[in-house]
Amino acid sequence: MIRIRDLRVAYGPREVAHVPALDVGAGECVAIVGESGSGKSTTLLAALGLAEGARVSGEVTVCGVDVLRARPRALRAIRGSKAALVIQSPQAALSPTTRLGVLMRRALALHGVTGAPSQGKTQVQGEPADVRGGGPRRGIEGVMAEACEAVMLDPAILRRYPHEISGGQAQRFAIALAIALGAEVILADEPTSALDVTVQAEVVGVLRRLREERGLALLFVSHDLALVSTIADRVLVMKDGEVVESGQAAQVFTRPSHPYTRELLEALP
Amino acid sequence: MTAVEPRRRLFRVPDRFAAFGAVLLVLIVLSAVFAPWLAPYEENDVRPLESLLPPSGAHWFGTDQVGRDVLTQVLYGGRTSLVIAAAVLAASATVGVTLGVVAGYAGGWARDVIMRITDVFLAFPALLLSLALAVVLQPSVTTVILAIAVTWWPWYARLSASVAASVATRSYVDAARCLGVPASVIVARHVLPNSLTPVLVQLSLDGGGVILTAAALSYLGLGAHEPTAEWGLMVQQGQTIFTTNWWVVTFPGLAILLTAFAFNVLGEGLRGALDPRRTVR
Amino acid sequence: MTRYLARRLGQALLVVAGVVTLTFVIMRMVPGDPAVAYAGPKATPEQLAAAREQFGLDRPLYVQLWNYARDLVTGDWGTSLRTRRPVVDDLLTAFPATLELVGAALIVAILVGLPVGIVAARCKAKFPDFSVRLGSMLAVSVPVFWLALALQTLFASHLGWFPVAGEYDNTLDTTSPLTLWTDITIVDALITGNWPIFTSTLNHLVLPSLVVAAYPAGVIAQMTRAALIEESGQDHVRLERAMGFGETAILTRFALRPALNPVLSLIALVFAYSLVNGFLVEAVFNWPGLGRYAFNAISSLDTPGIAGVTLLVAVVYVLANLMVDLLQGVIDPRARAR
Repeated sequence: MIRIRDLRVAYGPREVAHVPALDVGAGECVAIVGESGSGKSTTLLAALGLAEGARVSGEVTVCGVDVLRARPRALRAIRGSKAALVIQSPQAALSPTTRLGVLMRRALALHGVTGAPSQGKTQVQGEPADVRGGGPRRGIEGVMAEACEAVMLDPAILRRYPHEISGGQAQRFAIALAIALGAEVILADEPTSALDVTVQAEVVGVLRRLREERGLALLFVSHDLALVSTIADRVLVMKDGEVVESGQAAQVFTRPSHPYTRELLEALP
Repeated sequence: MTAVEPRRRLFRVPDRFAAFGAVLLVLIVLSAVFAPWLAPYEENDVRPLESLLPPSGAHWFGTDQVGRDVLTQVLYGGRTSLVIAAAVLAASATVGVTLGVVAGYAGGWARDVIMRITDVFLAFPALLLSLALAVVLQPSVTTVILAIAVTWWPWYARLSASVAASVATRSYVDAARCLGVPASVIVARHVLPNSLTPVLVQLSLDGGGVILTAAALSYLGLGAHEPTAEWGLMVQQGQTIFTTNWWVVTFPGLAILLTAFAFNVLGEGLRGALDPRRTVR
Repeated sequence: MTRYLARRLGQALLVVAGVVTLTFVIMRMVPGDPAVAYAGPKATPEQLAAAREQFGLDRPLYVQLWNYARDLVTGDWGTSLRTRRPVVDDLLTAFPATLELVGAALIVAILVGLPVGIVAARCKAKFPDFSVRLGSMLAVSVPVFWLALALQTLFASHLGWFPVAGEYDNTLDTTSPLTLWTDITIVDALITGNWPIFTSTLNHLVLPSLVVAAYPAGVIAQMTRAALIEESGQDHVRLERAMGFGETAILTRFALRPALNPVLSLIALVFAYSLVNGFLVEAVFNWPGLGRYAFNAISSLDTPGIAGVTLLVAVVYVLANLMVDLLQGVIDPRARAR
């Protein structure tokens, strides 16, 4: 899904992120942790070619596309439809004068998702394709409703404007967008940082379910170690733009090898 | 533990546009200041025998109906226009900022009253109010200055009121008040310096408008009159012969255009460099 | 929504009251005795006294102000000293022509300014952007009366492509008279299918409306560009890029609507400015609108006439601002919440 080698991101003369290696396979969940300013968000954005004004070098392959060298059209083709971005403060990230449903419809139209029965992309594990509601229930409406249900949102929410919904709802809508577009990997930048604790748990639950049921890959960034420990398979720890430790989550958390990692863990309540 | 006032960085790198506007404006101001030395002829040097000569080596901009060298008149006209602009801006800014700071800092009914008054003045499109005023007063340069200043001050009042209001709520101001620092000192030390930047930007943006309005008033015969050289007046005097003697009208008009352009470009550039969040008037 | 409307309406009324007061004050500043102006310079003392009494000039100022305001509301805006007709009638005759001119100019300004601003934002820092910035700067810096003279001399007098002055060919009044509906010549000609007058008016409109359109076009272009660039920096644009939308699509489908907000409020401002700019243009092209009426009033010191024009324009401005605020409430759902 995602393969990063020797990624370097620089703003002007300052190098803000350097990641020697990062892989995310289907169904895997990888987390990048660190404090603010560690370069983790930059890494995430650079992975989709969204780091504005930065010089990016290295090798980044997402869903088969060489992000750093691909033509804009190829890049736009995978954005949203194969690799979807979920941002930290979702309400600011959604166009304020566009209803949610309109946004989703436009995105679906952009990527040619019509919800015809032959487009059975969102395959639920364990269920044979022909049983999966083909025929009349499909169509754009169906795709949108399905996506909402997958993240436990009432499809009626699609008629609202972004300022009329809560943070948690906005976050889940962003995930629903990813699902509707049939994304195979979700890149999330601090997906729960702006949410209350109970809502956080909901969103994490949704993400976990999606991993299990649809084989979604997940690359996310967070400074919340406790959250990361509940869902990540592998972890990268970044400090001041450098990766100081990486490995299996269980290992990193129980037997950290780098002093900084130990510091972070000790800071946990 | 004191709340410290953060140091404001005044300048980011101004872009080329602003620099260009600044240079142009400086050139124009210099040409006005040094008009007596730059002008090839005397001001108002009437030479009936040389009237309406097209541009030539002797008269770069040609001559007008009474034989005056147009270039000379344009240069001297620049003095008039720039003096008007300076006077108007100084007057509006002084009155406006004073009232605005009082309104913003004091708050309460003072603020309401002053803001309603600015609303009323702002309800008149600028030129209209100046026009009405200029009509009731005798035509002269002073009239123009007064008429335009009266319409311009509300913007400065509004501007400084909002700055004053926001500064008044900051913690270091509260701290100063608790320590018994008199309001006048707080205003002088904190409110005024903070208002400086937006007011400066507004001043440069307004320069163009003042030049255009002053020229328009003179064109209508409500402002400068003979023997004062003024660009708008020159356009008015030459308009009936525009078809046959294009230079009498063209050059003063170009002068107005260039000066207003310089102010506007400078203002835009300053706004971008100093205060990008401010909304356009 | 209704609360928002009521609130804005209340504010507007307050402002209008202030406008009336200010106009009254200014008009009283006119040199000379108003009684003499009404009765004439050769009037006897008795006639002067009678004039004073008739026009209430012997009452205290605040009473005069109250009477003035009352008269205005009931439709008595005084009698023009020059035309000897009620000012209201004069204004109603002249206003449609000005509306026609300014309306046409604004349409041109929007049709030119918006797309140009969008292109500039799209091609930021490249040549189209630079030329748009330069062009719009020049457009807002040009003295309107000079531009009017220049265009008139070049395209009408010299090249003869367009008529020199007037609203339309008045000889057509006899050959194909116009039935009036809205009093706006070109609109009436259009709805009644009066093609000779329609084309004549259109012909006459071209030059003056282009002159009046210069300033608003420049302002609209600049504002559109700035608003779009600012909107492009918002977070939601990043998400839209992440969803795979292209730059042009983002600009036109997502950034444009919120960016239109500041542009819209600008249009009210620009409308008023253009109205008064139009006066100068009317003088040059002898357009039968408020401008010509105002200048005639000025040269004959027709105080009621001047006051009438001033009041009308100010009130129109207040209304324009009000309408724009309402429109904003419709377009941007967030504005309603404020």
